[in-house]
Amino acid sequence: MTTTETPATTMRERFVHTVDRALDDQANLAVVLADISSDRFEQAQARHPDRVLNVGIREQLLVSTAGGLALAGMRPVVHTITPFAVERPFEQLKLDLNHQGVGAVLVSTGGSYDYPFAGRTHMAPGDVALLDTLPHWTIHVPGHADELDPLLRTALSGDGLVYLRMSERQNSEPVATGPGLVRVRSGGTGVVLAVGPMLDPVLEATANLDVSVLYAATVRPFDHRTLRAAAKLAAPDVALVEPYLAGTSAHVVDDALHDLPHRVLSLGVTRDNELRDYGDIEDHDTAHGLTPKQIASSLRAFFR
Amino acid sequence: MTTTPTAERTEFGYDDLRPLMARMTGDEKHDNAATSTLDVLWVLYDRILSVSSDRVDDADRDRFLLSKGHGPMAYYAVLAAKGFFAPEELDGWGTVGSRLGFHPDRVLVPGAEIGSGSLGHGLPLGVGTALGLRARAKHDPRVVVLVGDAELDEGSNHEAIAYAGRAGLGSLTTVVVDNQSATHGWPDGIAERFAREGWAAHTVDGRDHSALYRALTDTRHDRPLAVVARVEPRN
Repeated sequence: MTTTETPATTMRERFVHTVDRALDDQANLAVVLADISSDRFEQAQARHPDRVLNVGIREQLLVSTAGGLALAGMRPVVHTITPFAVERPFEQLKLDLNHQGVGAVLVSTGGSYDYPFAGRTHMAPGDVALLDTLPHWTIHVPGHADELDPLLRTALSGDGLVYLRMSERQNSEPVATGPGLVRVRSGGTGVVLAVGPMLDPVLEATANLDVSVLYAATVRPFDHRTLRAAAKLAAPDVALVEPYLAGTSAHVVDDALHDLPHRVLSLGVTRDNELRDYGDIEDHDTAHGLTPKQIASSLRAFFR
Repeated sequence: MTTTPTAERTEFGYDDLRPLMARMTGDEKHDNAATSTLDVLWVLYDRILSVSSDRVDDADRDRFLLSKGHGPMAYYAVLAAKGFFAPEELDGWGTVGSRLGFHPDRVLVPGAEIGSGSLGHGLPLGVGTALGLRARAKHDPRVVVLVGDAELDEGSNHEAIAYAGRAGLGSLTTVVVDNQSATHGWPDGIAERFAREGWAAHTVDGRDHSALYRALTDTRHDRPLAVVARVEPRN
């Protein structure tokens, strides 16, 4: 074995570990890289030179190659940093995957502002909103490496379109074991839906609030039924806390509650400004109103 | 001899292609854009490609990827001539309910390996297909991509040309139908661009079936092949 038996700690390490092993067991699996993380796949590439492909810094080719691999009967895994996985080759995702009617597993790392010191060029808080303009994508936003693993394994063995959004930040404990929403806390005045790594800040923010907290590690397809049930038990007022563009999932919440008078509060990365600043992740949380304290303040005003 | 295609007929020759195209255009005189691909498509489907209407799902078939999805009348005519669908389907092309659009959709058109229309997607898809066949140890099937000279303006092609050369994709062939329609042109010729990236490259008369055949069969195991098929300038 070329990889360690110790469970990896970061999502990115777990992703590499799981795919490295899966290449040995699944003959139709192929990994396509554009230099990013290629050092982490060196051993796998030595074992499977025809199935671990690094196309260099060519992100259009990265996605198109995945489309061609799928047309030839392979299950491609595509991986790079978020803006170069979704934004730069967006038409390739739309045409070379969706329009050709083929599947792929697209795995991004770096999330919204996981590399704040790198500036705007390395931030992509619009990734989920962009992919949400295309049909048929399953979108996972795990909040813990232990959640990533089963979601990834299911994706590798399937044949559909899957986006797996990895982040540097994790919650202290894994919660989700599958695609559905998980009720983490029960309360009477409304529902807070926390997505991926926003769960810990939301739990801290709601410690003294009488609200239900639901958790999503999978946002598409959306689990309408669980949200609807929670809204009926508490009140049809839903605060959505997402680690990417604010309001990205507001339309699916509206769909779930379409026949109920309801209110929605959308928290997430702000849309009205390009934040030209560096610093660390916590600095950007503050700028977008996403620290536990700021979330608590927004929730108190909303559920008043 | 030119014959009239009918429902009963299943075998068509080169002389039938223009009447088949006329079912879409309404007359038998076509501008150069509509027919620029006709000869190379015929040579490919008649003499080069190992594919047929009963093998569209055969993993060992050759793949032809029409990247230049504009003006697909010649492509549809050749597919109909080779029995992938009935010539009658040509009559209603582009209308609601037809499988034949102004840009081909692989999900709808029998025998179409890719949906195309937005330029610059076919060659990168062809690279992935060739890599996939190699990964599956299928070393016989060829992957042939047809692009236009103006389409080469798209940067995505140059990502594919460079990488395919370095990866030594001997199963991959690009046919560039050159009607000199690229706005800024390709100084020193298109073939030179491919050769510089490690491709075998030929420039031939795109109306000369024998020359096309010779060039398209000059494959190498260790490098991809580019065939520049020159036809009449667009204007």
